[in-house]
Order: sequence, then C-alpha cells, then structure tokens
Amino acid sequence: MQHTIALFVNDQPGVLTRVATLFGQRGFNIDSITVGASEEAGLSRMIITTTGDDHQINQLMKQLTKLIDVISVTNLSKNPFVSRELALIKVSAKPSQMVELNGIIEPFRASIVDIGPNSLIIQATGDTEKIDALLVLLKTYGIIELTRTGSMAMARSNVVEAASI
Amino acid sequence: MSIGAATLRELRNLPELKLGEEITGAETLLRCLILEQVEYVFGYPGGAVLPIYDSLYSSYLKHILTRHEQGAIHAADGYARATGKPGVVIATSGPGATNLVTGIATAQMDSIPLVCITGNVAQNLIGTDAFQEANITGITLPITKHNYFVRDIRELPKIVKEAFYIATTGRPGPVLIDIPKDVCNMKAPFYYPESVQIRGYQDTLVPSDEDVATFIQSIQWAKKPVIMAGGGVLAAGADKELLAFAEKARIPVINTFMGLGSFPGDHELALGMPGMHGSYTANQALLNADCVIGMGVRFDDRITMGRTKEFAPKAAIVHIDIDPAELGKNVTAAVSVAGDVKSTLEKAIPLVRACDSQAWIDQLKEWQQAYPYRYSKGEQLKPQEVIELLYNTTKGEAIVATDVGQHQMWVAQYYKFKNARSLISSGGLGTMGFGFPAAIGAQIAHPERTVIAVVGDGGFQMTNQELAIVKQYQIPVKVVIVNNQVLGMVRQWQETFYDSRYSQIDLSCSPDFVKLAEAYGVKGMRASSREEAEKVWAEALAYDGPVVIDFRVATGENVWPMVAPGDTLDQMVMGDE
Repeated sequence: MQHTIALFVNDQPGVLTRVATLFGQRGFNIDSITVGASEEAGLSRMIITTTGDDHQINQLMKQLTKLIDVISVTNLSKNPFVSRELALIKVSAKPSQMVELNGIIEPFRASIVDIGPNSLIIQATGDTEKIDALLVLLKTYGIIELTRTGSMAMARSNVVEAASI
Repeated sequence: MSIGAATLRELRNLPELKLGEEITGAETLLRCLILEQVEYVFGYPGGAVLPIYDSLYSSYLKHILTRHEQGAIHAADGYARATGKPGVVIATSGPGATNLVTGIATAQMDSIPLVCITGNVAQNLIGTDAFQEANITGITLPITKHNYFVRDIRELPKIVKEAFYIATTGRPGPVLIDIPKDVCNMKAPFYYPESVQIRGYQDTLVPSDEDVATFIQSIQWAKKPVIMAGGGVLAAGADKELLAFAEKARIPVINTFMGLGSFPGDHELALGMPGMHGSYTANQALLNADCVIGMGVRFDDRITMGRTKEFAPKAAIVHIDIDPAELGKNVTAAVSVAGDVKSTLEKAIPLVRACDSQAWIDQLKEWQQAYPYRYSKGEQLKPQEVIELLYNTTKGEAIVATDVGQHQMWVAQYYKFKNARSLISSGGLGTMGFGFPAAIGAQIAHPERTVIAVVGDGGFQMTNQELAIVKQYQIPVKVVIVNNQVLGMVRQWQETFYDSRYSQIDLSCSPDFVKLAEAYGVKGMRASSREEAEKVWAEALAYDGPVVIDFRVATGENVWPMVAPGDTLDQMVMGDE
C-alpha cells in the first residue's frame, strides 16, 4: 500500500541525503519526494510517498524519527489529507489544434502555458490520479516531455478544529 | 603504565583567557574536549590536523599515538566499552579518515559512544579532489549516529557539545565531526554552551508507570519465564538492577553475547549465551519458556537464526528497549516497553513478586548438568583448555577483549564473566583486528585490572602493529594468541557446509609471534602443551608489563554446539563427542 509521509526537518546541507540514505539502507523505495520551505524559518517539510505494509512503514517511520535532523514524522495516509502535484506536459501539436486541446484539458482545469510552432506546454495540478487520467488523453497527441513534482500533501483540518475557528 | 602525569584536576585547570581574547579553532576543540572531561585521545597526525596537533603540543590532554588509525579507533572503542565514557579519536583527512570507517561501523553496530574527529582540507579546496580529500561525512553517514561538517569556528563548540551529548545519551553510538583546516586556523573568542537543545531528539526514555505495570502483569503468571539480557543492560548500567530483579522474581537469565557480564556468569540463575553457538540449556530455555523477557536486546539473527516467527514458540514475548525502532523490528512482542533498562527495572523491582518457577529452574539445572559445553582433551593442547585456564586463574574477574571467530565463541562459552563491561568484543559487525587494540583501550581505562586480549593467529595480524604502543607506554595487556594455524571459523564452515573444501584458510606461514613481540621490545612466550600452558600463563600473569603468549593449539577443533543458519534452535548440533 502506498503511504504519504510528512517529515519536518532541519533546513541544512545534507539532510536530504540523510533521509534518502536511510531509505536505501533499510531497503525502501522512494516513489516521490518533494522538499521545500515550511511555516517555520530554518525548517523544511519533505513529503515522501513510499510503498510498504503497515509493519514496514511503522519501522521506516521509527528509523526516520531517529535521524537527528528530523524533528517529526507523520504518516498522512492514516487520516484524510489533501494531496496535489504539478505537471508540465509538452505535447506535440500545432497552434491550430489549440481549441481541440483546450476542450480536453478544461475539465481538468489545466492550462496551456507555452505555445510553439510544433508543440505546446500544458500545466496541470491535482492529485496523482487526475494527472494520470489527463496524460492518458494527451498520449494520442504524443507527449514529447513530461515533468511532475511528485505529491505535496497536508492533513485536512478535522471537524473539531473547523468548528472552533 | 606511563602516559603522562597530568591528573584530571590539572587537565581542567585551563589557562584563563582574557576577556575577548581570541583562540584558534584547534585550541577551541581541545578546550571543548577537556570541558567534556576527556582524559585520553587516541589518534594519528597528518596534514589536515596539523593545527590540532600543534595545539596538543602544549595541552594536558593525553594522546596515544597508535600505529594505524584503525588501532586508534578500536582502542577508543575498547576504552568506551570498559568505562561507559565516550572514546575519542582524531585522524587526518582522506586516508586517515577512511581508516576509521571499520571502527566506526563496529561502534555503530554495538551502540558504543565514540566521538571521532577528522580533519579535512580547507574549505576553498573542498570539492576539488584536493590532496588527501575525502567526503568522510558522506562516507560515514549510514554508520554514524550523527555526523557534522564544521563550516565556521563559531559553531564548533556547539557541535562538540552536541556530539558528546548525542554519542552518550539515548541509544549510544558514534558521532563524527569533520573539521576543515581553515576552521582550525580561524580565531574567535571562546565560549562553551552549558546545555544542549536538540529538537525532536529523545535523550532518555523513562517508561510510563502503566507500561511497567503491564510488563509486570504479563510475566507474573509465568511458570517458565526467562530473561534474555543484552547489551542494552550494560549501556544503561543496569547490571545491579538486573540481578535484583531476577533474584526477586526468581527468573533465570540468558545473556546474549553482547550482554555477557551484565549478569554474574556463575550465578545459580545464569544460563549463559543462546543462539548459534549458545548453550544447550539457554536454547532449550527459549524453546520451552512460556514467557521471554528481552531486555536491551534486538533479537539478532545469530539468536533467532532468521526464523523470527518460530522464535520462542511457546512464549509470550516481552521486549524492553531504549530504541523504539527495535520494538517489533525483528520479533513481534506481546508487550513492548520503550524505555531504558535501568529506569524500567527501578520501577519494576518494587512491584514484582516471585514467579512460581522453581520446577522450571530445577529442570534448567538438570539440563545444565546433563549438557554442559564440552570438548575432549587429547595429546594436543585444545583451544577451549586455554580459555578455561584463563577463567580458572582469573576467576572471571578479568577484562577480556576478543577478536572475531572461534576463540571469540570459546571465550563466550568458557569464560564466565562476573562483572559488567568485562567482555570487550565486536558482536554486531564481527570485526577481525578489533581485539588487541580494544584491549589496549580497556587497559588504559583500568590500569589496575588484568586485561587479556584473546586473539586468533589471523585477526592478530590485522592490527599487531600496536605492539609498538604497548611497549612505548608500558601497557600491561596480556595477549593470548589462540594459534591453530588456520582461519578456524572459516575452516569450520567450509568443513560443515562446503564438503571440507578448505579454501584460503592456511595461516601456517605466519611469523614467529614470540620473535615478533620481541622485535617490538615486548616479552614473548610460547606454550604447546597443557603443562607449558599452565606454567607460561602463570608467569605471564605475574609479569608486570605487556606480554604476548603464543598458544599452539590443535587445528581441527570446532565450536559446538552449533545451529546452522536457517535452522531453528531445536536443530542444534551438539558436536562430535
């Protein structure tokens, strides 16, 4: 089963290596990883998706917690959470096909962000399944280049919290 | 021993600094070490650490110049194992640093507190493949508890403070500090932080009262309980608590290899070591127990044989460990207590009552009498006899450092350790070449005790250059070479699992160890028979100084009993007697 794990880490050189090394050392695969600033200066948040059974993920999280530069580890998959990724997709298409393409991407709330004589770039955001679905549709045109950020994720505010606001 | 005359009090009597006086990074480092109450550093100089060695020139710190960086780190490790205090080692950049790698991994596997200081090239050269440059923080990342690359002198004191704190608290382990040469030469006013705050770091782990109550409830009903005590008992300094708990609860105690010494080996409740080369009784105890209490153990594959599901098949398992990641890692316990063994037992001792275990204890005693460790004596001197001789003459009171292989297992079987921190051996990584330098470190820590390095003729040759320092500093280690002319444990496995196809194990062309010792100015002796062994060993024990004894023993001896990897403990082979 795929798990989405959020790490709160020191923003220091080598921290990404420490985390990545631990995955390798303990025999885990990183499906995707995103790193960026967090709400607190000097700390970054990593969102990692990985696959394993409950026992394996439990062990992985305990090992991650032991890293000195890791402040906290949360398994987001345990509770409802919001997950998004960004994709840039360069599709083989002429400007004349724009209208047709717009019709395809509009339901996905994607947009065309660059137009060339023989190709254009589509920007899409959403959860992983949505972007996968869009890619299936765009495949018929020919995908020249694809880059995806991997999932960013955040736990949903729970009902109690929402009520108190 | 003669290692400088400065006492600890003198050490801390540092020259006072004027307000705002700036000192170099190298001096800063040494001041920090002294404030951490470091008495000895083990090391080897080189280009990138010249500023540190220049500062050492006028420092009270006692530096032991080993003849190889690997010797330095194993000695620091032996010092740490024998005392519980952190061992400190200094090496230069590049090859100096990489020579520490085996020693760092050894300490990491056995949770030994070390602070390793390496020099590196100046920061303007970092990343240019400069002379003697190696990315040692990258190399040691998976084998340290934590490591640091120091970028500025102003962060150096905080890093040293944190390094000692991390190495010695929680589950101990090695920490490396890599200091580029320019940081050693930078100047800044000195300060030393009084305390450490590392967010998210768990330094101590005292179990909750509820967890301890659950633990007690879950063992009190047991008719066939057994404690399996490991290295975590020693790391926590909980040997006295273990004794009190076991006696009050009337629960027999198995010691894992790393836990030997945490419970008196000659106690009526002591069952010895379990696992691959464990005693019949210890393994039968695990097979038949209705309750197994793991204390500071990690259920390593030399005990479970990798068959974790079939381990202790009739028992409810209770697992106490300071490292939450160990709970449920290898074996799933019915009750898990995240806590250090000492504070757990301190809470548990007042609560626990005696278990109804007398029939079980009697049964175990019967097994012990019927199936002791055994070997047959013959014409030739047997390696087991040598270890028994050591035990009988030192009454289990000596510190014994071992190398890795058959002799290591015979020490575990025949030397019944009475005291904690007396077996100094690489259990997890199984590092050949460890025993002799580690014994040196242990002897430096305990000049008044008998320290014996039991080594094979193979492993001794990996680090025997340290004979130079036992001579130089008159360190009275007794080096016992169990010389069977082969790589014995490899020979045993080739005999057992590879149809006696003996491949690359012949050590018959080793040097004359007596002459080798003498070449270093160290007393050398030899024994080839039982009578010679007794005579020579008595002389060695009485001798006030380092000595090497070459015990010529039978070649074909195997370590029994044995459980093959992948088998379960009930498939123990008792040997060819």
